[in-house]
Amino acid sequence: MTGDIIMAGFGGQGILMIGNLLALTAMEEGKHVTYFPAYGVEMRGGTANCTVVVSDEEIGSPVVGRPKGLLIMNGPSMEKFLPMLAPGGDLVINSSLVEERQVTRNDIRLLPVPADDIARNKIGSRQMASMVALGAYVARSGIVKLSTVFDCLPKVISKKYEKFIPLNINALKEGAALAGFHA
Amino acid sequence: MSTPASSPSTRILTKGNEAICLGAVAAGCRHYYGYPITPQNDIPEYMAAHLPALGGTFLQAESEVATINFILGTSASGKRVMTSSSGPGISLMQEGLSYMAGSELPAVIVNISRSGPGLGGIAPSQGDYFQAVKGGGHGGYRLIVLAPHSVQEMYTLTMLAFDLADKYRTPAMILGDAIVGQMKEPFVASPYDPSSTAEKPWALTGCAGRERQNLKSLHLKDNAIEVHNWKLHEKYERIRNEEARAESYMLDGATIAIVAFGTAARVSKTAIQWARKEGIAVGMLRPITLFPFPGREVFELARKVDVLLVIEMNTGQMVEDVRQCTPLHDRIAFLGKPCAMPTPEEILERIRTLAGRKG
Repeated sequence: MTGDIIMAGFGGQGILMIGNLLALTAMEEGKHVTYFPAYGVEMRGGTANCTVVVSDEEIGSPVVGRPKGLLIMNGPSMEKFLPMLAPGGDLVINSSLVEERQVTRNDIRLLPVPADDIARNKIGSRQMASMVALGAYVARSGIVKLSTVFDCLPKVISKKYEKFIPLNINALKEGAALAGFHA
Repeated sequence: MSTPASSPSTRILTKGNEAICLGAVAAGCRHYYGYPITPQNDIPEYMAAHLPALGGTFLQAESEVATINFILGTSASGKRVMTSSSGPGISLMQEGLSYMAGSELPAVIVNISRSGPGLGGIAPSQGDYFQAVKGGGHGGYRLIVLAPHSVQEMYTLTMLAFDLADKYRTPAMILGDAIVGQMKEPFVASPYDPSSTAEKPWALTGCAGRERQNLKSLHLKDNAIEVHNWKLHEKYERIRNEEARAESYMLDGATIAIVAFGTAARVSKTAIQWARKEGIAVGMLRPITLFPFPGREVFELARKVDVLLVIEMNTGQMVEDVRQCTPLHDRIAFLGKPCAMPTPEEILERIRTLAGRKG
């Protein structure tokens, strides 16, 4: 499986966390992978985005002009990145914060995920929103196996927070279910 | 934060800036001094966390001017020592670098460059090429300059930089940018295989039992400074003749050859793969050493291909060195983008245009 994705939102939403997790998962599955983060100077509230490229072959560019996947966690990111998405590409939007009418293209595969609402109401922690979105993207794209994502969680979550791993797994599963995948 | 792999076969997802630290530590560097600046702060962060436990020294200096003089002093004592910064900070170090070149003191200087001039911005850029390869400071000297294009090379070229700096008694620079510094990819901590284990009889280690010796860049006697300049010149010529390195990428049968270094080369590889699938015979010569510049390779390549397409994340710097290496100037094309990386799509577009132009 080969693919690339740009994930974008504001600082503090966990964009870089889920990008790093996806990259690590791809590596664990024996793939070639690059992860390139870009973020503002603020700790929270600035822009945050990252590009993950997964391939069976050696990767040239870690920078992508026409990504096959796009995961959008807030409104401003939609305006910036939607024009870049390749035709037929997967668009996962956090429909708790992004209105569907902002999706001005119909040549892409849209998957609206009320990530903040699910995180708050079903998981019990709004911080899990990015994990819900990642679960949906992984299930929709098939870029890696969801079970490998679960296995990699302990590698990106520090010991101090390991008690939250089950919450993260639940969040990933809720997202995957929205893409029609039941773990 | 990554730690060195326990087994060489282990792949670790590692950030480019951290790979530099891993390479430095593997090469025996235990002394690092610096002053914070984006986008290289992962380097002091790593060194602060790890060097003291290894019996080394991490020091945040009061400025880059102080930093480079600490580096000079530690180098004079014979220890392997490194600093890192980004454009504006590297500018502040130029006086000290000139003194080190004059005093023939080795060290590794990392420039994870950002956009300039002035305070510029934090976007990735290759705008520091001139400063890195033409000396940078006063008096006429050269740095050995290495340009990694992957996380793995951030590691291996840092080890090589220490070896070359010691071998030639001169500062060596790693020239990267925000993309190769901030990106993560799987990396293997291959064992350090020193290409030189230069003894340092010149080091200032206390003169008990031997003649006194000193290290200096001031030469006032008779024609001493002229003699010294010729000595340095011969050294730089030796470096030119013996240390130029470049990667040939898909150049077999190429009629169009990209010349690019670092991140620009990395992004070009994808465009080349796409163009080859369209039947366009394109490849790349990637300078790994920027000083010494692989001039002979460029000269030979220019005779073989129809077009040399120089790609840089600036408005045209290395392209001047390419022009200097070949009289065939009408074969040189340029694609530049200051303070941003051209996407593979943009590069492919230019390759198509060039392929069409020659019919």
